[in-house]
Amino acid sequence: MKLTLRVWRQQNAEAPGAMATYEVDGISQDMSFLEMLDTLNEELILSGDEPVAFDHDCREGICGACSLVINGDAHGPERTTTCQLHMRSFDDGDTIDIEPWRASAFPVVKDLVVDRSSFDRIIQAGGYISAPTGTAPDAHATPVPKPDADSAFEHAECIGCGACVAACPNGSAMLFTSAKVNHLGVLPQGAPERETRVLDMVATMDDEGFGGCTLTGECATACPKGIPLPSITAMNKEWLRATRKVHR
Amino acid sequence: MSDYTNYRTGDPVADAKAPSGPVAERWDTRRFEAKLVNPANRRKHTVIVVGTGLAGGSAGATLAEQGYHVVQFCFQDSPRRAHSVAAQGGINAAKNYRNDGDSVHRLFYDTVKGGDFRARESNVHRLAQISVEIIDQCVAQGVPFAREYGGLLDNRSFGGVQVSRTFYARGQTGQQLLLGAYQALSRQIAAGNVELHARTEMLDLIVVDGKARGIVARDLVTGKTDTYFADAVVLASGGYGNVFYLSTNAMNSNATAIWRAHRRGAWFANPCFTQIHPTCIPRTGDHQSKLTLMSESLRNDGRIWVPKAKGDDRPANRIPEDERDYYLERIYPAFGNLVPRDIASRAAKNVCDEGRGVGPGGQGVYLDFADAIARMGRRAVEEKYGNLFDMYARITAEDPYETPMRIYPAVHYTMGGLWVDYDLQTTIPGLFAIGEANFSDHGANRLGASALMQGLADGYFVLPSTINDYLARNPHTEEIDAGHPAVTEAVAETEDRLNLLLAVDGDRTPDSFHREIGELMWEFCGMARTEEGLRRALDRIPQIREEFWRRIKVPGKGEQFNQSLEKANRVVDYLELAELMCLDALHRAESCGGHFREESQTPDGEAARRDEEFSYAAAWEFSATGDAPVLHKEDLVFEYVHPTQRSYA
Repeated sequence: MKLTLRVWRQQNAEAPGAMATYEVDGISQDMSFLEMLDTLNEELILSGDEPVAFDHDCREGICGACSLVINGDAHGPERTTTCQLHMRSFDDGDTIDIEPWRASAFPVVKDLVVDRSSFDRIIQAGGYISAPTGTAPDAHATPVPKPDADSAFEHAECIGCGACVAACPNGSAMLFTSAKVNHLGVLPQGAPERETRVLDMVATMDDEGFGGCTLTGECATACPKGIPLPSITAMNKEWLRATRKVHR
Repeated sequence: MSDYTNYRTGDPVADAKAPSGPVAERWDTRRFEAKLVNPANRRKHTVIVVGTGLAGGSAGATLAEQGYHVVQFCFQDSPRRAHSVAAQGGINAAKNYRNDGDSVHRLFYDTVKGGDFRARESNVHRLAQISVEIIDQCVAQGVPFAREYGGLLDNRSFGGVQVSRTFYARGQTGQQLLLGAYQALSRQIAAGNVELHARTEMLDLIVVDGKARGIVARDLVTGKTDTYFADAVVLASGGYGNVFYLSTNAMNSNATAIWRAHRRGAWFANPCFTQIHPTCIPRTGDHQSKLTLMSESLRNDGRIWVPKAKGDDRPANRIPEDERDYYLERIYPAFGNLVPRDIASRAAKNVCDEGRGVGPGGQGVYLDFADAIARMGRRAVEEKYGNLFDMYARITAEDPYETPMRIYPAVHYTMGGLWVDYDLQTTIPGLFAIGEANFSDHGANRLGASALMQGLADGYFVLPSTINDYLARNPHTEEIDAGHPAVTEAVAETEDRLNLLLAVDGDRTPDSFHREIGELMWEFCGMARTEEGLRRALDRIPQIREEFWRRIKVPGKGEQFNQSLEKANRVVDYLELAELMCLDALHRAESCGGHFREESQTPDGEAARRDEEFSYAAAWEFSATGDAPVLHKEDLVFEYVHPTQRSYA
């Protein structure tokens, strides 16, 4: 396949950025999208240009590092991570636009690389169960009903890639935050910190500059792990409940 | 230049520091004998932890909970992305919740035997003891393990054992355990007890007066190198499988932290012990950047075969039954498709070498579910393996319900690593290595679902106990002076290396050299090794190294975000580590576990150990680039599990 790529280039956080156009040839249908970019980068290096910077690591859809807006869609046309997107989803002669995540809470580091440390700070605000090493009772001391365990798992699958924020017209992190609130909140081990967890995480989310939620649902559509949209309504309930309880 | 293979054998390892007495009591003995640091004094001690995977994340969180000041590093943008996240299958623990005869002693026995009698008994027994506490700890943190309808934890069985002791969270056990450790670490970051440096890569170790006192690290965003000082340094930087270029490791996993520590005096043990996993998706072409594992649980119901005739390029479903060779079932009738990883991998290589491989380049064998679908029905197969079939279909665009999967072995895990004593301390005082970065528990072959167990055992329980003893005995009252010659030398060496990489301005990319060394290693130091092949590789590696420093091209500058520079610097270390791996493989003229020397096999082609000569761990001491290292042997003593030859026919 022969493709035209229009790629966002930006030297660093302060520099202005612009789209640059490149032609790539000899692209195989079996390549992953990132292997296609590897091909471009090998050519750029040999021609003395700087390769296009992009985040990637496991390349099997689980680490959450990869993060491209492809033709306007977070992670591109298939419901998966960019690293699991293959070139057979494109046609010979296509022009493909490649941009970084766009959100004020995810500033660009270079080219297609953004700073997602705001997600880490949301977790630091309360996305954990306080269980210092050595304090644990036997694992079978507290049975967890299977539906609760399955629900916890479904939310715990979030890989923290940020596609939900990139897809949201408001740049909201509600789906990311609610995934962790619901993972921990449904488990008996997470109950003692339920109120402080949701209040602190939501407050941090707002402080980090993420936008508000207007329930457009773009986040859940873009999520490569299928975190469900009702996760957000569940967090809103949890937040209201906590507000009342803490005021009492 | 000296002859690299003309190595000298130095003093044997005098003492691995494991207490004597009954094996089941040694860990208690060691913990009682260890000196402690008063809780009020712990915050005066700084500990550097490099890496945030299962071992590093759990160690950083636990040390901070104890009151130490932890400074932690990861090259990823977030600690949550360390490659432990990708582990699929599960984590072993001798809970005996199934009441099926499991015990600490059985897990200990299975692990020593699975490692083909090349691991240290004291360490393995401790690992088995701690395994039960890990599950308790993870459940308390909210790790959503699979449960049964009664609300209790589910288990499954895994390769090489006869009990159900594997705890799991669907096919994402590593992710869930890592998030547990990441969240515990996050809590300590918020509390101010852990100072996290993400996107920061360790490039050298600082050794002052013979003790590890800090690291040189590069901020990957600004490109600036800086120094960080501490009272002890913990390396939790993972394995070195990426020497092979293509592996199931993440793209950025690398050997630099452990290799630089090795160059500073930490011995490197059993570098040739690498695990090659039999069920990975084959490569599709030269563009391939990494390989993806398919859980070995597929071998429970899939049948592995190749055509009987060489070069038979008919589609699988056009090849009649009597023209297929179900070679594992033929060669190993007792175990069939469920032989251990190393045996299955070698057999696949053999049939492909004969010209009977399938798919592009003939580098693949079929894993066929047609019989399973006929026997159990498609729905049952979907329920059991649906997510794996979907993943396969996404990557290959083939429907495994209609055509057999194609699989091929791939580098997956490295059992070798920095030599550590019972306290997980390297030969540099104050430098500890945990998780896959050390060599300690898996011998010559790791059993499935044991890597997660070891990473968390080291990080949550072993290191936090043993490091106390070191810190109590080495209180380090003086600050390190940034002008100390050991510091300025380490900084200058690092900066010179980076500047040289940028200055060569040659005509080959970092990836092209990585691919070249990887292909060489796969060919000569992969699934089957010979003296002749290893000698050829050892001749070739210095030539590649010389060419590298003549022709490498790294665009951009040092003081900026520069992924080419990161990569080139990692390749520098692969080009040295590869040489040590080949030498270790050459010197160990026996077959054991994942190390198969063609010269040492039984009459029916199986790995033949030579216990009289090689019942030791080989710990190598660095001398200089390209110069022969010094071999130190740690004799392995088996008091409880007596070595036998494995048989699966």
